Amino acid sequence: MPTTHAHGDLTPQLIGTPVWYDQAVAAAGIPIYDAPFVSVGGGLGSFILTDVLRIQGAPASAIRVVSTSETPWQSWEYLTRVSQLPVRERIRSDAGARPDNLWGFPSYAMTEAWQDKSIALAWQVLVEPLFADFFAPRAGTVFATVRKEAERISYWNMLAQGQVRMVRRRAGGGYFTLVTPPAGTTPTKRIAIRSRYVHLAVGYPGLKYLPDLQEFRETYNDYHRVVNAYEPHEHVYEFLKTRPGVVVVRGAGIVASRVLQRLIDDRERLGLQTQIVHIFRTYVQGSHGPGVWMRRKGGDGWAYQAFTFPKSAFGGQLKAQYRNADADKRKQLSKAVGGTTTPPLRRWQGQLRRGRQGNWYHPMQAVVEKVEPTMDGRLLSHTRGDDGNRNRLVSDFVIDCTGLEADMAEHRVLDDLLRNGGARRNGAGRLAVGPNFEVLGAASGDGALYASGAATGGNHFLAVDSFMGMQTAALDIAADLAKRGFVRRLGPVRSTNQWLKWALNRSI
Amino acid sequence: MTPTLAGRIQTRLFMLGTVGVVLTALIVPVLPGTHGGLAATYKSAFVMLVAVAVVGVLWELLYHLLMQFRWDKDWPTLFGLVTILPEGLVMFLLLRAGVVPGVGGKVAASTFVTMFVFVWIGVWLFSNGPMRVPFVQWRLRGGRLL
Repeated sequence: MPTTHAHGDLTPQLIGTPVWYDQAVAAAGIPIYDAPFVSVGGGLGSFILTDVLRIQGAPASAIRVVSTSETPWQSWEYLTRVSQLPVRERIRSDAGARPDNLWGFPSYAMTEAWQDKSIALAWQVLVEPLFADFFAPRAGTVFATVRKEAERISYWNMLAQGQVRMVRRRAGGGYFTLVTPPAGTTPTKRIAIRSRYVHLAVGYPGLKYLPDLQEFRETYNDYHRVVNAYEPHEHVYEFLKTRPGVVVVRGAGIVASRVLQRLIDDRERLGLQTQIVHIFRTYVQGSHGPGVWMRRKGGDGWAYQAFTFPKSAFGGQLKAQYRNADADKRKQLSKAVGGTTTPPLRRWQGQLRRGRQGNWYHPMQAVVEKVEPTMDGRLLSHTRGDDGNRNRLVSDFVIDCTGLEADMAEHRVLDDLLRNGGARRNGAGRLAVGPNFEVLGAASGDGALYASGAATGGNHFLAVDSFMGMQTAALDIAADLAKRGFVRRLGPVRSTNQWLKWALNRSI
Repeated sequence: MTPTLAGRIQTRLFMLGTVGVVLTALIVPVLPGTHGGLAATYKSAFVMLVAVAVVGVLWELLYHLLMQFRWDKDWPTLFGLVTILPEGLVMFLLLRAGVVPGVGGKVAASTFVTMFVFVWIGVWLFSNGPMRVPFVQWRLRGGRLL
């Protein structure tokens, strides 16, 4: 029989079959490896779940993490670094949200206070948020502690390098995870991991750009003057060090705040003459919300919030309310607490105040209709305000800080799961998951497929895309796996024993 | 902390029933200003602990109401500490007014303050950290144990 594919590669028959038989995979020449549990992604979502599973008694040999990343923090480190959050800077995260420590005790505040011998940090966490900004750990603290925990749980032994192409259900139960290992490391192009359970933590499908900026880039092939804050754009800051310039910043979230901080830090430290025009699509005048019980602070264009959601969305009243609400009520709640926000840090407030007083920071409300190049190679933004006023702004750079997310189907594995895996979208367009983060419709015999992170937004829990959200998902998944007999329950005795091992840095 | 109402009440009762009981048992022998035998002091002390728990449920209702004015629906660490003042004052006045049944005679201010502060600080410290160690879901469920 003539074959149109290489031995050990996908066949048209496999691609076209939602449920795979062992014989069909073997017949294609794809080697099959067995592991009870596979986590796809290899970022912090995979790390946090494997940490919980190891703590609940799963041996390292029962788990495979398939990833193109060498470390669990690689992708997060890249995104934080380019979006102006170097390792010494503090992230937007609570002291008790520790990806390396399920219990959140001692908190990052206590750990940093001890390491730095700093009473100030302990004081901050005592009086936050009343007399000080919320404590937040340094990015570097997160990397270092996750590295230590990865060593402790033998994470590196569980990690398998490779690009996951698809996850398909297996006839007889469980799944095949089809992997393309790095070229030259295996005799065949693909390998398959046969497992009873699969976990998907693939992060963001990708970035999406504002339509007018996308159009500008494609029309003029200029990726230099119009940049996205999540892409490397150090050249903007370098240019501004050599001559005075005008920068348009678009967006009103945490990344906009950090980009402004970088621009202003450079301006004040090096005595630069940078002019900043900050365009808010929605200009927040002050406190806002549906009623006296739900008023969010705001002002000077910004909506203020310490974390990505109100704090109680992570483990309190809002989490409970949202979980118990029906679809309509959830939509209502999510609208009330959603939207772009930034923490009102005292340092940023001071910088922007000086900018307004010194007339070099110009916030404005507008929608940008078009961006085009000027004759002298600069940028012309055509804007229209809500009051109907049209304006033309000339700048040297536009920094897009809006951070729009691409559609889930942009991710190959998720797309395949929706087409062939039985998974479906929820009202928010993300993966529909049950209360245990089991992907609905994707069960296979006695096997189960779970997901956590950004792909699971819009279900029963708001804060999926956060350290604590991923821990919540991990605990709920592990509780389900305990019922299925894969791991032990995490009762008070095991929890305390395991915490002691963590505290003493004993390998498990 | 980000408690729910059920979580507040459960946490209060659990804390007083465990950490509170242990700390009360430890402090009673060295309480100043007591008169009568050790057994009588123990009895009064544990009755006071129960009173703090019962009246505490009412306090939690008030705190829950006040928390609704906060966007984050959180209860800052410092609130958990400074509420010792109104709660301590009200409990002392109730004792002096003689409306707490089972407490024999007049409780000296020094006795009350020593015990109340000792137990309060102990419970506050425990609930701001070590509690998460045996009960890993506790903080994720708004302080609910059940």
